Amino acid sequence: MNIIAIFKGLATTFGYMFRRKATIDYPFVKRAHAPRFHGLHELRRYDDGMERCIGCELCQIACPANAITVVGGENTPEDRHSPGERYAFRYEIDELRCIFCGMCEEACPTDAITLTPRFEMSNYTRSSLIYDKSKLLVPAEYGVGEAPHERPGGIPADLGEVARTKSTMNPERGYLATWRGIDILTSKGKTYMPTPAGGELVREPERLKGGE
Amino acid sequence: MLVFVILAVALIASAIGVVSAKNPVHSVVALLANFAALAVLYLTLSGEFLAMIQIIVYSGAILILFVFVIALLGAGTSVGDLGPNRLGKVLTPTVIVGALALVVLGYALLHAQNPSGGGMLGAATVLPGLANQIPAVTITPGTEGAFGSIADFGRALFTTYLLPFELTAFVLLIAVIGVVVLAGGGAPERRKAAEREPIAKPERRMEPTR
Amino acid sequence: MIDALPLWLLVAIKSLVLLIIVITLFAYTMLAERKVLAYMQLRVGPNKVGPWGLLQPAADAVKMIFKEDLTPSTADPLIYRLAPFIAVFTALLAYAVIPFSQGEHGPWSIANVNAGILFVFAITSMGVYGISLAGWASGSKYPLLGSVRATAQMISYELAMTMSVIGVILQASTTSLSGIVEAQSRLWFIVPQCLGFLIYIITAVAETNRVPFDLVEAESELVAGFHTEYSGLRFGLFFIAEYINMITVSCLATLLFLGGWNGPGAAGHPLLGLLYFVIKVFAFLFFYIWLRGTLPRLRYDRLMAFGWKVLLPLATLNLLVTAIVVALWY
Repeated sequence: MNIIAIFKGLATTFGYMFRRKATIDYPFVKRAHAPRFHGLHELRRYDDGMERCIGCELCQIACPANAITVVGGENTPEDRHSPGERYAFRYEIDELRCIFCGMCEEACPTDAITLTPRFEMSNYTRSSLIYDKSKLLVPAEYGVGEAPHERPGGIPADLGEVARTKSTMNPERGYLATWRGIDILTSKGKTYMPTPAGGELVREPERLKGGE
Repeated sequence: MLVFVILAVALIASAIGVVSAKNPVHSVVALLANFAALAVLYLTLSGEFLAMIQIIVYSGAILILFVFVIALLGAGTSVGDLGPNRLGKVLTPTVIVGALALVVLGYALLHAQNPSGGGMLGAATVLPGLANQIPAVTITPGTEGAFGSIADFGRALFTTYLLPFELTAFVLLIAVIGVVVLAGGGAPERRKAAEREPIAKPERRMEPTR
Repeated sequence: MIDALPLWLLVAIKSLVLLIIVITLFAYTMLAERKVLAYMQLRVGPNKVGPWGLLQPAADAVKMIFKEDLTPSTADPLIYRLAPFIAVFTALLAYAVIPFSQGEHGPWSIANVNAGILFVFAITSMGVYGISLAGWASGSKYPLLGSVRATAQMISYELAMTMSVIGVILQASTTSLSGIVEAQSRLWFIVPQCLGFLIYIITAVAETNRVPFDLVEAESELVAGFHTEYSGLRFGLFFIAEYINMITVSCLATLLFLGGWNGPGAAGHPLLGLLYFVIKVFAFLFFYIWLRGTLPRLRYDRLMAFGWKVLLPLATLNLLVTAIVVALWY
C-alpha cells in the first residue's frame, strides 16, 4: 500500500474538478466541423433553377456501397429539368447504406451531387432514410453557376470550381440546403445551423490543458 | 404485557418455522426473526446491552456464517433430498435425554442466584414464599449502573463470573485452534520467489520500421 | 406544546420528518455523486433536468417506479422479494438513535438510547442479510458470487470497525452517542484516536461496499453483483439502502471522531450545532465520492489480506493502547 500514491491520486482528481470541462453542450452548442467533412448529400441547381444532374448514372456506378439509384429521363422542351438531353427521373440514396466516402461527388461530371457537412439525420424507420429527390434537391433559389445550355452534354464550364468548396458555396446557406424542415432565413446569422435554443458556434477547443 | 404476548407468539412461530422449513435458507430467515424478537424481549426486560450483543453476535456474525455456508454448499437442496430419515432409531433416547435436560434446566433456574443475592424471577413466581426474601430490583432503563446496564453487566462478568467467563474464552480458543489445524492441513508450504514459475515476458512481435 | 402530545404520536412525527429528510438527502447524495464524479472526469454530469440538473433525482425516481419488476424463474420468490426490504429496513432503522444536535431538553434524536452506538452497530450488522439473501435468492451465479463476497467482506471489516470504535467508547466511557459527543466538547476524538479514525474510515468504505472496496458489485467481473437480477423499484431499494448506509457511517464518523455538533459558538445554539453536524457529514460524503473518483478496485484476496492482516491487528493495537492509557490516567 503506497499511501503517498493514494494521496497524490486524490490531489489529482481534486485538481481536475476545477479544470475546463471537455463536454460540449451538444444539441445547444455545436462544434465546427472539418472543412471537408463528408455528411448528407445534396443535389444542386444552377442559377436559373435548372438541375445540375444529367442522369448519367456515374455516381451509381462509382458508389462502393451500392447506395445510389438513378433512373434517367429524357428532357423535352415542354418538360425541361436540366440543360442537355437527360435528367434524373428518379434519384435515391439509401443513407443507411452510404459510407460517406464522397466517390459520387468525384464521379459527377456536372458537380451535381455533393456531400454537405450536415450529419444529424437520425430517424425512426429505415424507409425514412432512403432519400429521394424531394429531400436531396436544393430549393430553386439556391442554385449556383451558369447553366450550360449552349455546351454539349450539359457539362458546366465551372466544372471542379463548384465542388472545391463544400455544399452550395456559402456555408451559412449550404449547410441547410437539403434541410426542408428548418426556416433557412434563421441561418443567416453567425451560426451554421439553427438550434433549439439559439445556439452558438464553438471552435475546436484548444488542446485540453494537461490532458496529453 | 401486550408487547410480551406479541413477542412470545413471534418467537414460537419463528422457532417452529426454523424447524419445519424445508429449505435451509428459509430456516435461517426464520431464525433471524427469532433472534430479533428475542432481542426485543431482552429490551423489555431492560437488558439493553444483552439485546444489542444478541443481535451483533448472533444475527450479525454467527447466523450470517450459516447463510455463507448454505449459499456455498448446494443451497438448493432441501431436507427431503438428503435421503430417508435416520432419526427414527434414536427417537426414544432423544426424547428421554431431552426431557431430562428440561428437568435439570428447570431445577437450575429455580435455584439460581443472581449477583445481587436474590433468586431469579422464575423462583419468585413459582415459590411465592420466597418472594419476601428477594431484594426488590429497581429497573430504571437508561441510567448508568442500573440492572442490565453495561456497567452492571461488566462488573458481574469480571468479578462474580470471572472463572466461567475465562473458561468459556478458553474453550472458544481451543475451537479456533482446532479449526485452524483442521483447515490448514499441516504447516504452510512457503515457496520462495525463485521457485515460482517465472512470468514469461511477452515477445517483441514488431520491429520498429525505419 | 410538544409535551402535550402522546409519546407514540411524537415519535411517529419525528420519524416521518426524519424519513423524508433522509430520503431527500439520499436523492441529492446520488446527484452530488454524479456531478462530482463528472467534474473529476472533465465532464459536466446531469444538467438537463431542471437548473443544474437539480430535478434529476425526481426523473430517476419516476423511471425506477415505472420500470418492470422482474423475478427470475429460478429465484426463490419469497426471499427474493423480502431481501430489498431487509436492506432498506436495516439502513433506515439506524436513524432511530442518531442524534443531530443538542437542544435544551436533550439531544435531537428520535430516541436517546443509552447503548446507542451498540444499537447502530447491531442494526448495520443486519444490513448484510439484505445483500446475502438477495444474491442467494436470485438463483443465478453472478449474484451468488457477489453476495458470498459481500458476506465475507462485511463480516471481516465489521470486526476491525467495531474494534476501532471501542477505543472511542473507552475514552468517552459511555456508549450513548450524545454522551460521546459531549465528551468531545474540548477535544475531538480524531486527535487522540487518529489511528482509530483512519481504520474507521477505511472499514466504513468497505462496510458500505463502495469503491475501492466495491467487490460486491464489481462490474468488470460480476455484471452487477448481488443485484444483477433486480430491476425497477426493488433495485431502487438496494440503491437507497447503499446510499443511506453511506450517510449513516458519515453521521457516525462525525459523532464519534469529529465532535458531532461541537464547534465554535455551538453550545446553547442547537441550530448552529445542527449546521456544524450537517457540514461535517457532507464533508465525509464528499470524501466518499472523491475516493470513488480516484481509486481503482482492490483485488479480492488483497482486500481480505488487508482487512485481516493489517486493519485488524492495527485496530487491536489501538484498542490495547487506549485501554492502558485510559486505565492509568482516567
